[in-house]
Amino acid sequence: MSEILQLQSVSRHFSGLQALCDVSLSVNRGEVLGLIGPNGAGKTTLVNVVTGVTPASSGTVTFMGQDITRVKTYQSARAGLSRTFQIVQPFAEFTALDNVAAAALFSQPGESLKSAREEARAHLAFVGLEGQSGQLAATLTLAMRKRLELAKALAMRPKLLFLDEVNAGLNSAEVERATRLIHQLAASGITIVMIEHLMKVVLNVCTRIVVLHNGRLIADGLPRDVIKNPAVVEAYLGQQYAQRNSAHG
Amino acid sequence: MMRSNLILLALVACIAALPNFGGSYTLRLGTIACMYAILALSWNVAGGFAGYPSFATAAFFGSGAYTTGVLLSKGVPLAVSVPAAGVASFVMASLLGAALLRLRGHYFAIASLSLIEVFRELVNNATDLTGGGMGLNIPLTAGSGVLADATFFFYAMWGLLLLTALMVTIVSASKLGFGLACIRQNETAANMIGLNGTLYKSVAFGLSACFVSAAGGVYAAWVHYIDPSDVFDILYSVKPIVMALIGGLGSPVGVVIGAFVYLGLEEVVWRNYIQIHSGVLGVLIVILLLFLPRGLMSLRSRILPWRTKHV
Repeated sequence: MSEILQLQSVSRHFSGLQALCDVSLSVNRGEVLGLIGPNGAGKTTLVNVVTGVTPASSGTVTFMGQDITRVKTYQSARAGLSRTFQIVQPFAEFTALDNVAAAALFSQPGESLKSAREEARAHLAFVGLEGQSGQLAATLTLAMRKRLELAKALAMRPKLLFLDEVNAGLNSAEVERATRLIHQLAASGITIVMIEHLMKVVLNVCTRIVVLHNGRLIADGLPRDVIKNPAVVEAYLGQQYAQRNSAHG
Repeated sequence: MMRSNLILLALVACIAALPNFGGSYTLRLGTIACMYAILALSWNVAGGFAGYPSFATAAFFGSGAYTTGVLLSKGVPLAVSVPAAGVASFVMASLLGAALLRLRGHYFAIASLSLIEVFRELVNNATDLTGGGMGLNIPLTAGSGVLADATFFFYAMWGLLLLTALMVTIVSASKLGFGLACIRQNETAANMIGLNGTLYKSVAFGLSACFVSAAGGVYAAWVHYIDPSDVFDILYSVKPIVMALIGGLGSPVGVVIGAFVYLGLEEVVWRNYIQIHSGVLGVLIVILLLFLPRGLMSLRSRILPWRTKHV
Protein backbone atom coordinates (compact mmCIF):
# COMPACT_ATOMS: atom_id res chain seq x y z
CA MET A 1 0.00 0.00 0.00
CA SER A 2 1.28 3.45 -0.85
CA GLU A 3 1.52 6.26 1.64
CA ILE A 4 -0.59 9.36 1.12
CA LEU A 5 0.53 11.26 4.23
CA GLN A 6 3.71 10.99 6.20
CA LEU A 7 4.76 12.70 9.43
CA GLN A 8 8.44 12.54 10.35
CA SER A 9 9.33 13.27 13.98
CA VAL A 10 6.82 16.11 14.15
CA SER A 11 6.77 18.24 17.29
CA ARG A 12 4.64 21.17 18.23
CA HIS A 13 4.82 23.19 21.41
CA PHE A 14 2.79 26.12 22.66
CA SER A 15 5.34 28.04 24.76
CA GLY A 16 6.05 25.55 27.56
CA LEU A 17 3.39 23.03 26.63
CA GLN A 18 4.61 20.16 24.47
CA ALA A 19 1.43 19.28 22.54
CA LEU A 20 3.10 16.92 20.08
CA CYS A 21 6.43 15.24 20.73
CA ASP A 22 8.41 13.49 18.02
CA VAL A 23 5.43 11.92 16.26
CA SER A 24 6.19 9.78 13.21
CA LEU A 25 3.26 8.32 11.40
CA SER A 26 2.13 7.38 7.93
CA VAL A 27 -1.32 7.09 6.48
CA ASN A 28 -1.88 4.65 3.64
CA ARG A 29 -4.02 5.34 0.62
CA GLY A 30 -7.57 4.10 1.08
CA GLU A 31 -7.44 3.20 4.74
CA VAL A 32 -9.64 4.42 7.58
CA LEU A 33 -7.28 5.33 10.37
CA GLY A 34 -8.59 5.85 13.87
CA LEU A 35 -6.77 8.44 15.98
CA ILE A 36 -7.62 7.93 19.62
CA GLY A 37 -6.34 9.06 22.98
CA PRO A 38 -7.44 10.87 26.14
CA ASN A 39 -8.47 14.54 26.14
CA GLY A 40 -5.48 16.81 25.66
CA ALA A 41 -3.41 14.06 24.05
CA GLY A 42 -2.73 16.22 20.99
CA LYS A 43 -5.16 14.70 18.50
CA THR A 44 -6.62 17.96 17.26
CA THR A 45 -3.18 19.59 17.34
CA LEU A 46 -1.99 16.85 15.00
CA VAL A 47 -4.78 17.69 12.54
CA ASN A 48 -3.97 21.40 12.91
CA VAL A 49 -0.31 20.75 12.16
CA VAL A 50 -1.10 18.76 9.03
CA THR A 51 -3.63 21.29 7.72
CA GLY A 52 -1.32 24.24 8.41
CA VAL A 53 -3.49 25.95 11.02
CA THR A 54 -0.68 25.71 13.58
CA PRO A 55 2.47 24.66 11.70
CA ALA A 56 4.86 22.15 13.24
CA SER A 57 7.65 23.48 15.47
CA SER A 58 9.93 20.84 14.00
CA GLY A 59 9.73 17.78 11.78
CA THR A 60 8.26 17.39 8.31
CA VAL A 61 4.82 16.60 6.92
CA THR A 62 4.63 15.05 3.44
CA PHE A 63 1.37 14.81 1.51
CA MET A 64 1.33 12.86 -1.75
CA GLY A 65 5.08 13.18 -2.08
CA GLN A 66 5.19 16.94 -1.40
CA ASP A 67 6.53 18.66 1.66
CA ILE A 68 3.59 20.59 3.15
CA THR A 69 5.09 21.41 6.55
CA ARG A 70 5.07 25.16 5.97
CA VAL A 71 2.25 25.34 3.46
CA LYS A 72 -0.67 27.67 4.22
CA THR A 73 -4.05 26.28 5.15
CA TYR A 74 -5.78 27.30 1.95
CA GLN A 75 -3.05 25.71 -0.16
CA SER A 76 -3.26 22.36 1.57
CA ALA A 77 -7.04 22.58 1.22
CA ARG A 78 -6.69 23.00 -2.53
CA ALA A 79 -4.21 20.13 -2.67
CA GLY A 80 -6.88 17.75 -1.39
CA LEU A 81 -6.66 17.84 2.39
CA SER A 82 -9.92 18.59 4.06
CA ARG A 83 -11.28 18.36 7.56
CA THR A 84 -14.32 18.76 9.74
CA PHE A 85 -14.07 20.68 12.98
CA GLN A 86 -14.70 19.20 16.41
CA ILE A 87 -16.56 22.41 17.25
CA VAL A 88 -18.60 22.97 14.11
CA GLN A 89 -17.63 26.05 12.09
CA PRO A 90 -20.46 26.89 9.71
CA PHE A 91 -20.92 30.23 7.95
CA ALA A 92 -23.86 31.04 10.18
CA GLU A 93 -25.53 33.69 7.99
CA PHE A 94 -25.37 31.52 4.87
CA THR A 95 -27.90 28.89 3.91
CA ALA A 96 -26.82 25.28 4.12
CA LEU A 97 -26.53 25.30 0.34
CA ASP A 98 -24.20 28.32 0.25
CA ASN A 99 -22.05 26.82 3.00
CA VAL A 100 -21.34 23.82 0.83
CA ALA A 101 -21.15 25.93 -2.34
CA ALA A 102 -18.43 28.08 -0.73
CA ALA A 103 -16.36 24.96 -0.11
CA ALA A 104 -16.71 23.86 -3.73
CA LEU A 105 -16.12 27.38 -5.08
CA PHE A 106 -12.88 28.17 -3.29
CA SER A 107 -11.23 24.76 -3.31
CA GLN A 108 -11.69 24.00 -7.02
CA PRO A 109 -10.02 26.19 -9.63
CA GLY A 110 -12.34 27.50 -12.34
CA GLU A 111 -15.51 26.90 -10.40
CA SER A 112 -18.31 29.46 -10.75
CA LEU A 113 -20.86 30.27 -8.06
CA LYS A 114 -23.59 28.69 -10.20
CA SER A 115 -21.78 25.41 -10.79
CA ALA A 116 -20.67 25.35 -7.15
CA ARG A 117 -24.29 25.58 -6.01
CA GLU A 118 -25.30 22.74 -8.32
CA GLU A 119 -22.52 20.59 -6.97
CA ALA A 120 -23.48 21.55 -3.42
CA ARG A 121 -26.96 20.12 -3.89
CA ALA A 122 -25.53 16.69 -4.59
CA HIS A 123 -23.35 16.79 -1.47
CA LEU A 124 -26.25 17.96 0.70
CA ALA A 125 -28.35 15.10 -0.62
CA PHE A 126 -25.54 12.65 0.17
CA VAL A 127 -25.52 13.66 3.84
CA GLY A 128 -29.33 13.81 3.94
CA LEU A 129 -29.73 17.58 4.19
CA GLU A 130 -31.47 18.22 0.87
CA GLY A 131 -34.60 19.32 2.77
CA GLN A 132 -32.60 21.96 4.66
CA SER A 133 -30.68 23.48 1.75
CA GLY A 134 -32.46 26.84 2.03
CA GLN A 135 -32.22 27.04 5.80
CA LEU A 136 -29.68 29.31 7.51
CA ALA A 137 -26.83 27.29 9.01
CA ALA A 138 -27.36 28.95 12.40
CA THR A 139 -30.85 27.42 12.64
CA LEU A 140 -29.79 23.81 12.03
CA THR A 141 -29.61 21.27 14.88
CA LEU A 142 -26.19 20.11 16.06
CA ALA A 143 -26.56 16.78 14.26
CA MET A 144 -27.40 18.60 11.05
CA ARG A 145 -24.53 21.02 11.45
CA LYS A 146 -22.17 18.07 11.88
CA ARG A 147 -23.46 16.62 8.63
CA LEU A 148 -23.16 20.06 7.02
CA GLU A 149 -19.48 20.07 8.03
CA LEU A 150 -19.14 16.72 6.31
CA ALA A 151 -20.86 17.98 3.16
CA LYS A 152 -18.52 21.00 3.11
CA ALA A 153 -15.49 18.74 3.47
CA LEU A 154 -16.75 16.52 0.64
CA ALA A 155 -17.42 19.47 -1.67
CA MET A 156 -13.66 20.05 -1.61
CA ARG A 157 -13.20 16.67 -3.32
CA PRO A 158 -10.69 15.57 -0.71
CA LYS A 159 -8.08 12.92 -1.19
CA LEU A 160 -7.53 12.77 2.55
CA LEU A 161 -10.29 13.64 4.98
CA PHE A 162 -9.88 14.34 8.69
CA LEU A 163 -13.00 13.79 10.76
CA ASP A 164 -12.61 15.44 14.14
CA GLU A 165 -15.18 13.90 16.47
CA VAL A 166 -18.07 13.91 14.02
CA ASN A 167 -20.11 11.82 16.46
CA ALA A 168 -19.59 13.84 19.63
CA GLY A 169 -22.91 15.08 21.03
CA LEU A 170 -25.06 12.89 18.77
CA ASN A 171 -27.67 10.37 19.91
CA SER A 172 -27.34 6.72 18.99
CA ALA A 173 -29.58 6.90 15.92
CA GLU A 174 -27.59 9.86 14.63
CA VAL A 175 -24.32 8.07 15.36
CA GLU A 176 -25.52 5.08 13.36
CA ARG A 177 -26.41 7.32 10.45
CA ALA A 178 -23.01 9.08 10.58
CA THR A 179 -21.23 5.72 10.73
CA ARG A 180 -23.04 4.58 7.62
CA LEU A 181 -21.89 7.75 5.85
CA ILE A 182 -18.29 7.13 6.84
CA HIS A 183 -18.51 3.59 5.45
CA GLN A 184 -19.83 4.98 2.18
CA LEU A 185 -17.04 7.56 1.99
CA ALA A 186 -14.38 4.95 2.61
CA ALA A 187 -15.94 2.77 -0.08
CA SER A 188 -15.73 5.68 -2.53
CA GLY A 189 -11.96 5.68 -2.16
CA ILE A 190 -11.33 8.66 0.15
CA THR A 191 -8.63 8.08 2.73
CA ILE A 192 -9.99 8.92 6.17
CA VAL A 193 -8.34 9.79 9.46
CA MET A 194 -10.90 9.97 12.23
CA ILE A 195 -10.59 11.25 15.76
CA GLU A 196 -13.20 9.46 17.78
CA HIS A 197 -14.00 8.66 21.38
CA LEU A 198 -16.79 6.15 20.73
CA MET A 199 -14.87 2.86 20.62
CA LYS A 200 -17.88 1.12 19.09
CA VAL A 201 -17.60 3.36 16.04
CA VAL A 202 -13.82 3.10 15.93
CA LEU A 203 -13.89 -0.68 15.95
CA ASN A 204 -16.71 -0.68 13.42
CA VAL A 205 -15.09 1.45 10.72
CA CYS A 206 -11.33 1.72 11.28
CA THR A 207 -8.85 -0.52 9.54
CA ARG A 208 -6.00 0.68 11.75
CA ILE A 209 -5.64 2.61 15.00
CA VAL A 210 -2.97 4.92 16.37
CA VAL A 211 -3.00 6.11 19.97
CA LEU A 212 -1.69 9.44 21.22
CA HIS A 213 -0.95 10.12 24.86
CA ASN A 214 0.64 13.33 26.17
CA GLY A 215 1.70 14.22 22.66
CA ARG A 216 3.45 10.92 22.01
CA LEU A 217 2.46 8.03 19.82
CA ILE A 218 2.10 5.03 22.13
CA ALA A 219 0.52 2.45 19.82
CA ASP A 220 -0.05 1.77 16.13
CA GLY A 221 -1.67 -1.34 14.72
CA LEU A 222 -4.77 -3.35 13.94
CA PRO A 223 -7.78 -2.45 16.09
CA ARG A 224 -8.00 -5.83 17.82
CA ASP A 225 -4.32 -5.68 18.80
CA VAL A 226 -4.31 -2.05 19.89
CA ILE A 227 -7.23 -2.41 22.30
CA LYS A 228 -5.36 -5.16 24.12
CA ASN A 229 -2.13 -3.18 24.31
CA PRO A 230 -1.40 -2.66 28.04
CA ALA A 231 -0.08 0.89 27.50
CA VAL A 232 -3.29 1.88 25.71
CA VAL A 233 -5.47 0.27 28.37
CA GLU A 234 -3.50 2.11 31.02
CA ALA A 235 -3.58 5.53 29.30
CA TYR A 236 -7.01 5.59 27.72
CA LEU A 237 -9.35 2.63 27.61
CA GLY A 238 -9.20 1.63 31.28
CA GLN A 239 -9.16 -1.84 32.91
CA GLN A 240 -12.94 -2.13 32.89
CA TYR A 241 -13.15 -1.72 29.14
CA ALA A 242 -10.39 -4.26 28.57
CA GLN A 243 -12.06 -6.84 30.79
CA ARG A 244 -15.47 -6.32 29.26
CA ASN A 245 -13.96 -6.54 25.84
CA SER A 246 -12.03 -9.76 26.53
CA ALA A 247 -15.18 -11.29 28.07
CA HIS A 248 -17.06 -10.58 24.86
CA GLY A 249 -14.21 -11.50 22.55
CA MET B 1 -29.22 41.16 -3.16
CA MET B 2 -29.63 41.97 -6.83
CA ARG B 3 -32.71 44.08 -6.16
CA SER B 4 -31.01 46.16 -3.48
CA ASN B 5 -28.15 46.80 -5.90
CA LEU B 6 -30.61 48.10 -8.47
CA ILE B 7 -32.14 50.36 -5.84
CA LEU B 8 -28.63 51.64 -5.05
CA LEU B 9 -27.90 52.50 -8.68
CA ALA B 10 -31.33 54.08 -9.12
CA LEU B 11 -30.76 56.18 -6.00
CA VAL B 12 -27.41 57.39 -7.31
CA ALA B 13 -28.96 58.15 -10.71
CA CYS B 14 -31.66 60.31 -9.05
CA ILE B 15 -29.03 62.49 -7.41
CA ALA B 16 -27.82 63.55 -10.85
CA ALA B 17 -30.97 65.65 -11.24
CA LEU B 18 -30.03 67.83 -8.26
CA PRO B 19 -28.57 70.83 -10.20
CA ASN B 20 -32.06 71.44 -11.64
CA PHE B 21 -33.45 72.22 -8.22
CA GLY B 22 -31.15 74.68 -6.58
CA GLY B 23 -28.34 77.19 -6.56
CA SER B 24 -24.75 76.90 -5.49
CA TYR B 25 -25.61 76.08 -1.86
CA THR B 26 -27.61 73.02 -2.97
CA LEU B 27 -24.77 72.04 -5.26
CA ARG B 28 -22.24 72.35 -2.46
CA LEU B 29 -24.42 70.19 -0.24
CA GLY B 30 -24.92 67.71 -3.08
CA THR B 31 -21.18 67.49 -3.68
CA ILE B 32 -20.55 66.79 -0.01
CA ALA B 33 -23.39 64.24 0.01
CA CYS B 34 -21.76 62.39 -2.89
CA MET B 35 -18.37 62.58 -1.19
CA TYR B 36 -19.75 61.18 2.09
CA ALA B 37 -21.54 58.42 0.19
CA ILE B 38 -18.26 57.47 -1.55
CA LEU B 39 -16.43 57.32 1.79
CA ALA B 40 -19.20 55.28 3.44
CA LEU B 41 -19.63 52.87 0.51
CA SER B 42 -15.87 52.35 0.36
CA TRP B 43 -15.59 51.79 4.09
CA ASN B 44 -18.35 49.23 3.78
CA VAL B 45 -16.23 47.04 1.48
CA ALA B 46 -13.67 46.36 4.20
CA GLY B 47 -15.78 47.06 7.27
CA GLY B 48 -19.14 45.72 6.14
CA PHE B 49 -18.38 42.96 3.63
CA ALA B 50 -15.19 41.58 5.17
CA GLY B 51 -15.82 42.60 8.78
CA TYR B 52 -12.57 44.53 9.17
CA PRO B 53 -13.49 47.92 10.70
CA SER B 54 -10.92 50.29 9.27
CA PHE B 55 -10.07 53.73 10.60
CA ALA B 56 -7.77 54.44 7.68
CA THR B 57 -10.30 56.31 5.50
CA ALA B 58 -8.79 59.70 6.40
CA ALA B 59 -5.31 58.42 5.53
CA PHE B 60 -6.37 57.52 2.00
CA PHE B 61 -8.54 60.61 1.63
CA GLY B 62 -5.57 62.80 2.55
CA SER B 63 -3.06 60.94 0.42
CA GLY B 64 -5.42 61.14 -2.55
CA ALA B 65 -5.91 64.85 -2.00
CA TYR B 66 -2.17 65.42 -1.86
CA THR B 67 -1.34 63.16 -4.82
CA THR B 68 -3.87 65.02 -6.95
CA GLY B 69 -2.84 68.41 -5.55
CA VAL B 70 0.83 67.88 -6.29
CA LEU B 71 0.13 66.51 -9.77
CA LEU B 72 -2.18 69.44 -10.57
CA SER B 73 0.39 71.97 -9.44
CA LYS B 74 2.91 70.26 -11.75
CA GLY B 75 0.52 70.87 -14.64
CA VAL B 76 -0.99 67.40 -14.97
CA PRO B 77 -4.67 67.65 -15.99
CA LEU B 78 -7.40 66.78 -13.48
CA ALA B 79 -8.69 63.90 -15.59
CA VAL B 80 -5.30 62.20 -15.18
CA SER B 81 -4.45 63.27 -11.61
CA VAL B 82 -7.58 61.86 -9.97
CA PRO B 83 -7.38 58.37 -11.52
CA ALA B 84 -3.64 58.34 -10.75
CA ALA B 85 -4.40 59.05 -7.09
CA GLY B 86 -6.96 56.22 -7.08
CA VAL B 87 -4.62 53.69 -8.66
CA ALA B 88 -1.70 54.67 -6.41
CA SER B 89 -3.92 54.23 -3.37
CA PHE B 90 -5.19 50.85 -4.54
CA VAL B 91 -1.63 49.55 -4.85
CA MET B 92 -0.48 51.11 -1.58
CA ALA B 93 -3.50 49.94 0.42
CA SER B 94 -3.28 46.40 -0.95
CA LEU B 95 0.37 46.16 0.08
CA LEU B 96 -0.27 47.72 3.50
CA GLY B 97 -3.33 45.51 3.85
CA ALA B 98 -1.32 42.33 3.36
CA ALA B 99 0.53 43.27 6.56
CA LEU B 100 -2.16 45.06 8.59
CA LEU B 101 -4.99 42.63 7.88
CA ARG B 102 -3.22 39.91 9.84
CA LEU B 103 -4.55 41.72 12.89
CA ARG B 104 -8.18 41.25 13.84
CA GLY B 105 -10.83 43.26 15.65
CA HIS B 106 -9.62 46.07 17.89
CA TYR B 107 -5.99 45.47 16.96
CA PHE B 108 -6.72 46.06 13.30
CA ALA B 109 -8.77 49.17 14.11
CA ILE B 110 -5.88 50.72 16.07
CA ALA B 111 -3.29 49.79 13.44
CA SER B 112 -5.41 51.34 10.67
CA LEU B 113 -5.87 54.45 12.80
CA SER B 114 -2.11 54.84 13.04
CA LEU B 115 -1.90 55.05 9.23
CA ILE B 116 -3.46 58.53 9.39
CA GLU B 117 -0.68 59.78 11.68
CA VAL B 118 2.03 58.17 9.55
CA PHE B 119 0.70 59.71 6.32
CA ARG B 120 0.16 63.09 7.93
CA GLU B 121 3.72 63.19 9.24
CA LEU B 122 5.07 62.14 5.84
CA VAL B 123 3.21 65.00 4.17
CA ASN B 124 4.21 67.43 6.92
CA ASN B 125 7.87 66.62 6.46
CA ALA B 126 8.00 66.56 2.67
CA THR B 127 7.86 70.36 2.62
CA ASP B 128 9.47 70.72 -0.83
CA LEU B 129 6.76 68.70 -2.47
CA THR B 130 3.68 69.37 -0.34
CA GLY B 131 4.32 72.68 1.35
CA GLY B 132 4.29 70.91 4.72
CA GLY B 133 2.24 72.56 7.42
CA MET B 134 1.76 75.68 5.29
CA GLY B 135 -0.55 73.75 3.03
CA LEU B 136 -0.76 73.46 -0.72
CA ASN B 137 -2.35 75.91 -3.13
CA ILE B 138 -3.96 74.18 -6.07
CA PRO B 139 -4.45 75.93 -9.41
CA LEU B 140 -8.01 76.49 -10.64
CA THR B 141 -9.12 73.80 -13.02
CA ALA B 142 -12.81 74.21 -13.71
CA GLY B 143 -15.02 76.79 -15.41
CA SER B 144 -14.99 80.53 -14.88
CA GLY B 145 -18.18 81.35 -12.95
CA VAL B 146 -19.06 80.30 -9.40
CA LEU B 147 -22.09 78.31 -10.51
CA ALA B 148 -20.24 76.64 -13.40
CA ASP B 149 -17.49 75.68 -10.97
CA ALA B 150 -19.99 74.25 -8.47
CA THR B 151 -21.80 72.31 -11.19
CA PHE B 152 -18.55 70.89 -12.55
CA PHE B 153 -17.37 69.59 -9.18
CA PHE B 154 -20.81 68.29 -8.30
CA TYR B 155 -20.81 66.13 -11.43
CA ALA B 156 -17.20 65.10 -10.88
CA MET B 157 -18.03 63.85 -7.37
CA TRP B 158 -21.29 62.33 -8.58
CA GLY B 159 -19.44 60.46 -11.34
CA LEU B 160 -17.07 59.05 -8.74
CA LEU B 161 -20.02 58.00 -6.59
CA LEU B 162 -21.52 56.21 -9.59
CA LEU B 163 -18.22 54.37 -10.17
CA THR B 164 -18.02 53.47 -6.48
CA ALA B 165 -21.60 52.18 -6.52
CA LEU B 166 -20.84 50.12 -9.64
CA MET B 167 -17.71 48.71 -7.98
CA VAL B 168 -19.71 47.77 -4.87
CA THR B 169 -22.45 46.20 -7.00
CA ILE B 170 -19.96 44.13 -8.95
CA VAL B 171 -18.05 43.07 -5.83
CA SER B 172 -21.16 42.05 -3.92
CA ALA B 173 -22.35 39.82 -6.75
CA SER B 174 -18.93 38.29 -7.45
CA LYS B 175 -16.77 35.52 -6.08
CA LEU B 176 -14.82 38.20 -4.22
CA GLY B 177 -17.93 39.37 -2.38
CA PHE B 178 -18.90 35.80 -1.57
CA GLY B 179 -15.42 35.16 -0.20
CA LEU B 180 -15.46 38.34 1.88
CA ALA B 181 -18.77 37.24 3.41
CA CYS B 182 -17.13 33.92 4.31
CA ILE B 183 -14.20 35.76 5.92
CA ARG B 184 -16.55 37.98 7.92
CA GLN B 185 -18.48 35.02 9.27
CA ASN B 186 -15.64 32.67 10.07
CA GLU B 187 -12.12 33.31 8.86
CA THR B 188 -10.66 30.01 10.07
CA ALA B 189 -13.30 28.03 8.23
CA ALA B 190 -12.83 30.25 5.18
CA ASN B 191 -9.13 29.39 4.99
CA MET B 192 -9.93 25.75 5.55
CA ILE B 193 -12.07 25.53 2.42
CA GLY B 194 -9.22 26.80 0.26
CA LEU B 195 -9.90 30.53 0.28
CA ASN B 196 -6.79 32.71 0.10
CA GLY B 197 -7.87 35.03 2.91
CA THR B 198 -4.87 37.36 2.76
CA LEU B 199 -5.36 38.00 -0.96
CA TYR B 200 -9.11 38.62 -0.65
CA LYS B 201 -8.72 40.96 2.32
CA SER B 202 -5.92 42.90 0.61
CA VAL B 203 -7.95 43.41 -2.56
CA ALA B 204 -10.94 44.51 -0.46
CA PHE B 205 -8.77 46.98 1.45
CA GLY B 206 -7.32 48.26 -1.83
CA LEU B 207 -10.78 48.77 -3.31
CA SER B 208 -11.96 50.51 -0.18
CA ALA B 209 -9.02 52.95 -0.42
CA CYS B 210 -9.06 53.53 -4.18
CA PHE B 211 -12.26 55.58 -4.51
CA VAL B 212 -11.69 57.37 -1.22
CA SER B 213 -8.42 58.70 -2.61
CA ALA B 214 -10.07 59.73 -5.87
CA ALA B 215 -12.72 61.57 -3.84
CA GLY B 216 -9.91 63.26 -1.89
CA GLY B 217 -8.43 64.30 -5.23
CA VAL B 218 -11.68 65.87 -6.48
CA TYR B 219 -12.08 67.54 -3.08
CA ALA B 220 -8.59 69.08 -3.32
CA ALA B 221 -9.27 70.47 -6.79
CA TRP B 222 -12.64 71.76 -5.60
CA VAL B 223 -11.45 73.68 -2.53
CA HIS B 224 -8.17 74.88 -4.18
CA TYR B 225 -6.28 74.73 -0.89
CA ILE B 226 -5.45 71.79 1.36
CA ASP B 227 -3.35 71.39 4.47
CA PRO B 228 -2.49 68.26 6.46
CA SER B 229 -4.78 68.98 9.42
CA ASP B 230 -7.74 69.42 7.05
CA VAL B 231 -7.47 66.38 4.75
CA PHE B 232 -6.01 64.00 7.34
CA ASP B 233 -8.79 64.90 9.79
CA ILE B 234 -9.78 61.82 11.77
CA LEU B 235 -13.43 62.78 11.27
CA TYR B 236 -13.08 61.52 7.69
CA SER B 237 -12.47 58.10 9.25
CA VAL B 238 -15.16 58.28 11.90
CA LYS B 239 -18.00 59.75 9.85
CA PRO B 240 -18.21 56.91 7.28
CA ILE B 241 -18.45 54.39 10.15
CA VAL B 242 -21.26 56.37 11.78
CA MET B 243 -23.03 56.62 8.41
CA ALA B 244 -22.73 52.89 7.84
CA LEU B 245 -24.06 52.21 11.33
CA ILE B 246 -26.97 54.62 10.85
CA GLY B 247 -27.88 53.08 7.51
CA GLY B 248 -27.29 49.43 8.29
CA LEU B 249 -23.95 47.64 8.30
CA GLY B 250 -23.15 45.64 5.19
CA SER B 251 -26.00 46.92 3.03
CA PRO B 252 -24.78 49.31 0.28
CA VAL B 253 -28.17 51.03 -0.11
CA GLY B 254 -28.41 51.43 3.64
CA VAL B 255 -24.93 52.90 3.81
CA VAL B 256 -25.71 55.52 1.15
CA ILE B 257 -28.97 56.42 2.85
CA GLY B 258 -27.04 56.61 6.12
CA ALA B 259 -24.60 59.06 4.52
CA PHE B 260 -27.43 61.34 3.34
CA VAL B 261 -29.26 61.16 6.66
CA TYR B 262 -26.03 61.96 8.50
CA LEU B 263 -25.34 64.95 6.27
CA GLY B 264 -28.93 66.16 6.77
CA LEU B 265 -28.60 65.89 10.53
CA GLU B 266 -25.23 67.62 10.45
CA GLU B 267 -26.59 70.57 8.45
CA VAL B 268 -29.79 70.99 10.46
CA VAL B 269 -28.01 70.74 13.79
CA TRP B 270 -25.23 73.06 12.69
CA ARG B 271 -27.70 75.72 11.56
CA ASN B 272 -29.87 75.61 14.68
CA TYR B 273 -27.40 74.93 17.47
CA ILE B 274 -24.24 76.62 16.27
CA GLN B 275 -22.80 76.86 19.82
CA ILE B 276 -23.33 73.25 20.81
CA HIS B 277 -23.72 71.55 17.42
CA SER B 278 -21.18 68.77 18.03
CA GLY B 279 -22.89 67.85 21.29
CA VAL B 280 -26.38 67.78 19.80
CA LEU B 281 -25.21 65.74 16.81
CA GLY B 282 -23.51 63.26 19.12
CA VAL B 283 -26.63 62.83 21.25
CA LEU B 284 -28.77 62.30 18.13
CA ILE B 285 -26.39 59.62 16.84
CA VAL B 286 -26.36 57.82 20.18
CA ILE B 287 -30.19 57.87 20.27
CA LEU B 288 -30.41 56.58 16.70
CA LEU B 289 -28.03 53.71 17.38
CA LEU B 290 -29.71 52.85 20.69
CA PHE B 291 -33.13 52.48 19.13
CA LEU B 292 -32.05 51.24 15.71
CA PRO B 293 -28.95 49.13 16.37
CA ARG B 294 -29.33 47.47 12.96
CA GLY B 295 -29.66 50.81 11.22
CA LEU B 296 -32.35 52.39 9.11
CA MET B 297 -32.46 49.38 6.78
CA SER B 298 -34.00 47.32 9.58
CA LEU B 299 -37.05 49.60 9.44
CA ARG B 300 -37.89 48.00 6.13
CA SER B 301 -38.77 44.70 7.77
CA ARG B 302 -40.67 46.47 10.54
CA ILE B 303 -42.77 48.57 8.19
CA LEU B 304 -43.19 45.79 5.65
CA PRO B 305 -43.69 42.78 7.93
CA TRP B 306 -43.95 40.30 5.05
CA ARG B 307 -40.35 41.03 4.16
CA THR B 308 -38.72 39.64 7.25
CA LYS B 309 -35.40 38.87 5.57
CA HIS B 310 -32.96 41.45 6.86
CA VAL B 311 -29.59 42.34 5.44
